[in-house]
Amino acid sequence: MHGLINRAIQSFVCATYGQSCWLRVTEAAELGFVEFEAMLGYDDDVSTRVMDMLSAELGRPKAEIQEDVGTYLVSHPNMEGLRRLLRFGGGSYVEFLHSLDDLSDRVRLAVSDLALPALELRELSTTEFQLFCDPGLFGYSSVMVGVLRAMADDYGALVMLSHDGEDETVDMISVTLVESAFAEGRHFDLGARAE
Amino acid sequence: MMNTQDLGGLLDTLCPMFLLVDEKGHIRQAGSTLQKLRPDVPLVGTDFLDVFELIRPRTVTTIPALMSMAGAKLHLKFHDEPRTALKGLVAPLPGGEGAVINLSFGISILDAVRDYALTSADFSGTDLAIELLYLVEAKSAAMEASRSLNLRLQGAMLAAEEQAYTDTLTGLKNRRAMDHMLGHLISSNSSFALMHLDLDFFKSVNDRLGHAAGDFVLQQAARIMVEETRGDDTVARVGGDEFVIIFKGLTREEILTSVADRLILRLNEPMVFQQQTCYVSASIGTAVSTQFGAPNAEELLHAADLALYQAKRDGRSCHRLYSRLSKAQP
Repeated sequence: MHGLINRAIQSFVCATYGQSCWLRVTEAAELGFVEFEAMLGYDDDVSTRVMDMLSAELGRPKAEIQEDVGTYLVSHPNMEGLRRLLRFGGGSYVEFLHSLDDLSDRVRLAVSDLALPALELRELSTTEFQLFCDPGLFGYSSVMVGVLRAMADDYGALVMLSHDGEDETVDMISVTLVESAFAEGRHFDLGARAE
Repeated sequence: MMNTQDLGGLLDTLCPMFLLVDEKGHIRQAGSTLQKLRPDVPLVGTDFLDVFELIRPRTVTTIPALMSMAGAKLHLKFHDEPRTALKGLVAPLPGGEGAVINLSFGISILDAVRDYALTSADFSGTDLAIELLYLVEAKSAAMEASRSLNLRLQGAMLAAEEQAYTDTLTGLKNRRAMDHMLGHLISSNSSFALMHLDLDFFKSVNDRLGHAAGDFVLQQAARIMVEETRGDDTVARVGGDEFVIIFKGLTREEILTSVADRLILRLNEPMVFQQQTCYVSASIGTAVSTQFGAPNAEELLHAADLALYQAKRDGRSCHRLYSRLSKAQP
């Protein structure tokens, strides 16, 4: 699995639960190292062991942790650069939702060897959406739930999300937009640069 | 036929950085984004050439000349600060009634979005500006990640070199390895001899025939030293043309002398590098650990050094034993 994904999990654990928790996880997973390199590739098996051990260490189901990773990726100051990239998707939350159709292509433009599953948004009405996730990356849809929730806060939109888990043949997240301008949201300055 | 007002509205939707000028070059309509770049000066009513300077082609300084540039790419700048660079395209209106001039940022867009606080609403829906900005940021982030990986790898490489025991040019041990070996022999109370060998006239080979010849001589000398010593002796290059050989368990001076003499004999032979003959010789000083009550590395190296300098003083290309020096301590 791409180093960026592993690195994101490492960054999340260190920022949320502390360095010592991460060290325990890497030891339990028998990695033989403690730092993932963002620009190197790793065996899928390595990432699976890390998630298993993290789930055991925290005593929480994996889907829940993955959702928190998604929220972290958007809302933590460490990840300001990524939030900015997602905000390029559109001026409103609905535009952002539509831009997810292009997300995997956009990601590949930036990092050519990072292949994320395709996403497809279906618009049932102006306030009802379904986001279908292609298979291929276990936990991706759970991460997306966290991303969708945090991006709603970012845009100041009020949404309700539901995700039935990945056991079904279709992996789908329902998004209900309650109010598009519920709160102020965070500022997005096109010309600023993330530090 | 559509009136000017309608045409302006239409153009503003498609290309919000347009200008509609009349045949005299007066600006009649200006796109909303273009106007945003000069919020304090209404563009409408001013003269095109008063606001913009043509950078390329330079020869265009009049309105008729500008009108004749239909379809060609123009490079312009604002006359006043900030002098943002713009690209432009002129499309004359039918009947000689003026022209539509469409402007865009080109590569200056990165500074422009910052200088003018532009938002995605300032670009038309088909404009690739937002995608370009996205790409620049995404690529910068990816590049930064790669750069930090490179820096860490470089650091690891330097650390590995630091810890290495091999002289990469000759394949011999390096000074670090020699220090390590000396420390080990002394702490285990082993007896040994230490030979300090210096190549004479090496600098002149380097100066006269170049570094490639110098490197060749060092490699040949290293090979000879390895051939003339036993497998568990340590041969190290400790400086440019300086070598140290440690003979473990060997302290008999007559044997050391015969080894040294053989080394001198072989190193005296001319070496041929690319049809050029290189002449060097060797001066050697030897100290034996058993001469010292409680030897330490520094003391032994110094003793071998003194013997080496005696060999040099005695005309080079010879071997001296520390024990035979007049100043030698028993």
